[in-house]
Amino acid sequence: MERTTGTFTVKSGLADMLKGGVIMDVTNAEQARIAEEAGACAVMALERVPADIRSQGGVARMSDPEKILEIMDAVTIPVMAKVRIGHFVEAQILEALGVDFIDESEVLTPADEEHHINKWDFKVPFVCGCRNLGEALRRIAEGAAMIRTKGEAGTGDVVEAVRHARSVLGDIRRLQTMAPEEMFAFAKEIGAPYELVKMTAEMGRLPVVNFAAGGVATPADAALMMQLGVDGVFVGSGIFKSGNPARRAEAIVKAVTHYKDPHILAEVSRNLGEPMVGRTVESMPEAERIAGRGW
Amino acid sequence: MKIGVLALQGAFREHIKKLRQLGVDAVEVRLPQDLDGLDGLIIPGGESTTMGHLAASFGLVEPLRRFREERPVWGTCAGLILLANRARRQKEGGQPLLGGLDIVVDRNYFGRQVDSFEIDLPTPALDAVAAPGDPDGPFHAIFIRAPAVTEVGPDVEVLAALPDGAIVAVRQGHILGTAFHPELSDDLRFHRYFTALVSGALQDSHNGQRRTARLPT
Repeated sequence: MERTTGTFTVKSGLADMLKGGVIMDVTNAEQARIAEEAGACAVMALERVPADIRSQGGVARMSDPEKILEIMDAVTIPVMAKVRIGHFVEAQILEALGVDFIDESEVLTPADEEHHINKWDFKVPFVCGCRNLGEALRRIAEGAAMIRTKGEAGTGDVVEAVRHARSVLGDIRRLQTMAPEEMFAFAKEIGAPYELVKMTAEMGRLPVVNFAAGGVATPADAALMMQLGVDGVFVGSGIFKSGNPARRAEAIVKAVTHYKDPHILAEVSRNLGEPMVGRTVESMPEAERIAGRGW
Repeated sequence: MKIGVLALQGAFREHIKKLRQLGVDAVEVRLPQDLDGLDGLIIPGGESTTMGHLAASFGLVEPLRRFREERPVWGTCAGLILLANRARRQKEGGQPLLGGLDIVVDRNYFGRQVDSFEIDLPTPALDAVAAPGDPDGPFHAIFIRAPAVTEVGPDVEVLAALPDGAIVAVRQGHILGTAFHPELSDDLRFHRYFTALVSGALQDSHNGQRRTARLPT
């Protein structure tokens, strides 16, 4: 009777346990506790939330390990942290710290313009962003145990998250009606391994857990993403850039559980204070958009 | 037979799928009225602090306590924590527990995610419910940031333990608890075991003797 650790089963198993939950960006122990009190199923430890990364500019890197450890000490729920796309040494460092999940994230400045991290090399699970089914399946082929839409982080504008979720989920629906020979051509067209395309068609969903991220700012946004068919929601700047973070965080948690019940959604949406001001993606020059990072 | 799965957060869909494979009518439970007419309830894996918070916010704590007094309940991982009378390493300020199992659980007993593991677990208690087509021998158990039971009261039966002595499956009357996730394993025996508890309790209530669930032999 021997224990086996670091298998894909235990990696994707943690993602399964996060489903129906809200993962919140936090920058210190106090925010982490507010998130845990509000019912977050995990927190993302960061030095700066995406809205600040956007406004301050410069190279965005993995957070100071001291910051991450402080947050790990503050809460009992899983702690995630971000590494730059392709920066496998930042990932080795986070694994050594004992973080529960790594986000190989386009929100940080990419370290490699051709290669993502070979995530099979790690015992810690990875979540990666995607804009469409091809990207999602390429990340899964590289070992990602969880997928999220990229959306457009730090904007408070949900339009890109909706676009990406509709693209992924719409393509899966299309896939289910395809003849086998069409599926080969489709795999080639989207640049994804045929075996994963076939598996997705058979399952009628992505082979791993699929969350929404990038622009979710209100309980209604969160419920919208759930009704579109994602398994849970990341909220980045939307909580701690708002007028009353504790209240908004709790309301978004309730909205994700009761996403099909408009009466509860109406109740939890009342009196939340100012939402984050936000910035429309449409008004943003192409160069400022970050969803295009990664491929 | 109708069994509910608490659907506040976590891996509730997997339990529903397993129950339906066994031909059981399975429904999601989010609000107190969803408990009406159920013969049993599963509290799935997920984050126990999230589920506890949502249960408290939507008035589910007392209805769930009344339910587990009368009818079979099974908690997996986070569900086991919620059903324990006492939990160690809770979040700062503690968390609401439903109680029912006279045990002490240690949350995240095995460490963080990198310590999560799979193991073949001897579970002789399952022999009574195994059906043709079920795997033989040990149960392939998946532990995700799992708790373990560190103390058990006199009425608690230990169903499985690891070689180091950590207790990972218990039963007390009609309440079942597992530290691992049978809903993630390709094996229906624990779900069969629970449905047998539920049908035993149903028979007992037909015979007018509630609260004495037993396993058919």
